[in-house]
Amino acid sequence: MDWGTLQNILGSVNKHSTSIGKIWLTVLFIFRVMILVVAAERVWGDEQSDFVCNTLQPGCKNVCYDHFFPISHIRLWALQLIFVSTPALLVAMHIAHRRHEKKRQLTSGEKVDIEELNKQKFHIQGSLWWTYTCSILFRIIFEAVFMYVFYVMYDGYQMPQLLKCSAWPCPNIVDCFVSRPTEKTMFTIFMLSVSGVCMLLNVAEMCYLVIKFCMKAPRKPATLK
Amino acid sequence: MSWGFLRDILSGVNKYSTGIGRIWLAIVFIFRLLVYVVAAEHVWKDEQKEFECNIRQPGCENVCFDHFFPISQIRLWALQLIMVSTPSLLVVLHVAYRESREKRLKKKLYKTPGSMDGGLLCTYLISLIFKTGFEIGFLVLFYTLYGGFNVPRLVKCDMRPCPNTVDCYISKPTEKKVFLYFVVVTSSLCIVLNVCELSYLIFKYTIKCCLERYEKKIQTMKSECQKLKYVPAETASTALLHSNASPELVNMPDKPESNLPTDLREG
Repeated sequence: MDWGTLQNILGSVNKHSTSIGKIWLTVLFIFRVMILVVAAERVWGDEQSDFVCNTLQPGCKNVCYDHFFPISHIRLWALQLIFVSTPALLVAMHIAHRRHEKKRQLTSGEKVDIEELNKQKFHIQGSLWWTYTCSILFRIIFEAVFMYVFYVMYDGYQMPQLLKCSAWPCPNIVDCFVSRPTEKTMFTIFMLSVSGVCMLLNVAEMCYLVIKFCMKAPRKPATLK
Repeated sequence: MSWGFLRDILSGVNKYSTGIGRIWLAIVFIFRLLVYVVAAEHVWKDEQKEFECNIRQPGCENVCFDHFFPISQIRLWALQLIMVSTPSLLVVLHVAYRESREKRLKKKLYKTPGSMDGGLLCTYLISLIFKTGFEIGFLVLFYTLYGGFNVPRLVKCDMRPCPNTVDCYISKPTEKKVFLYFVVVTSSLCIVLNVCELSYLIFKYTIKCCLERYEKKIQTMKSECQKLKYVPAETASTALLHSNASPELVNMPDKPESNLPTDLREG
């Protein structure tokens, strides 16, 4: 049970997505999930053990670390990736429902080739269009919310080298040093940029779907004539 | 043997579940199992190493950690995930039993082995009750063991061999608190889904039973009505044949009622 499970679930939605949706999924898995697993987790691996405060007072380091890092960057990114991927499940459920309906219609008449039915691609039309558009909207909202939470929690996107801590039981203002601040800043900016790119892709996909829908609607009366 | 094993077993339950059951399964996989494996486990990774007490007395930290964390929150979470997922296996076992029964007796006993009726419906309802019970049980256990869902920064410990009341500091308390709240929210959501599914199934099958009984009643009433409709015509014709009735009455072929008994008999 790991990111591979998410990949399998989202992969099944992939064939029914638009081209922009497919690009978004690729960017998500290569530039975010993979970077998180193979690189970022190692950078943040020793974040607490190498967080050093200039005091021998027991407990001061723990309290200061907790004060400055209420929730670690790595965990926030993991939650962001999970939340941003989940709206695609709405689409997966809708497609499964449509397949089920089709199976029920066909079993009463003809023979059903289940393999073919499972491989069949559904076009983004009708109620599926609404589900797909809602899922993109939720993705954009989740991305924006997490980027805002990052900004508010860490007062910007830079990792400082030195933090001054005066939380009890530290006896006075104590200097605490974060491990690998520059590397962490680089990864934070990288993940932020890729989040931004994903958001732009989602906005572009949404515009494309809306334009496609608007262009189809006025054509219908012309064909009826 | 890892969480993937549980995931593979539970994926088999999906085909015998209702729509709400499938949503429950998706929430368990993504918001509970996946979050546990990729995020939460790392938060509690060094919990004892980073648990620090303001004392140099050997053994004091160990004793205090053991006193405040009789069972680690992450292990309790893992147990909860396992216990809450396993009642669904009852349904899989029942379907497998039905299939083996059909194979053994070599005849079709059920519409399909996975159709939700009779015994399988009872098994499904029992599994829902157990799932809900386990969820509530674990939430109550979390609450009583840790005095709520709060993780304090500082705990005061006076167990032997600590010489007096000693300050001990828990590592990453805020992050742990966030994940505990996450556990509570997802558990509550799963409880709500289970209760909805239970109500929906009970309601659906009660209505189905009532409708079937009502239809049977209507049918028996209809057949009784039809019997009553033809009885007067028959008795009248036999009475006419046996009595001293006028020839005009006997030779009346156009009366519709006299035709009906013969039609019915032929039908």
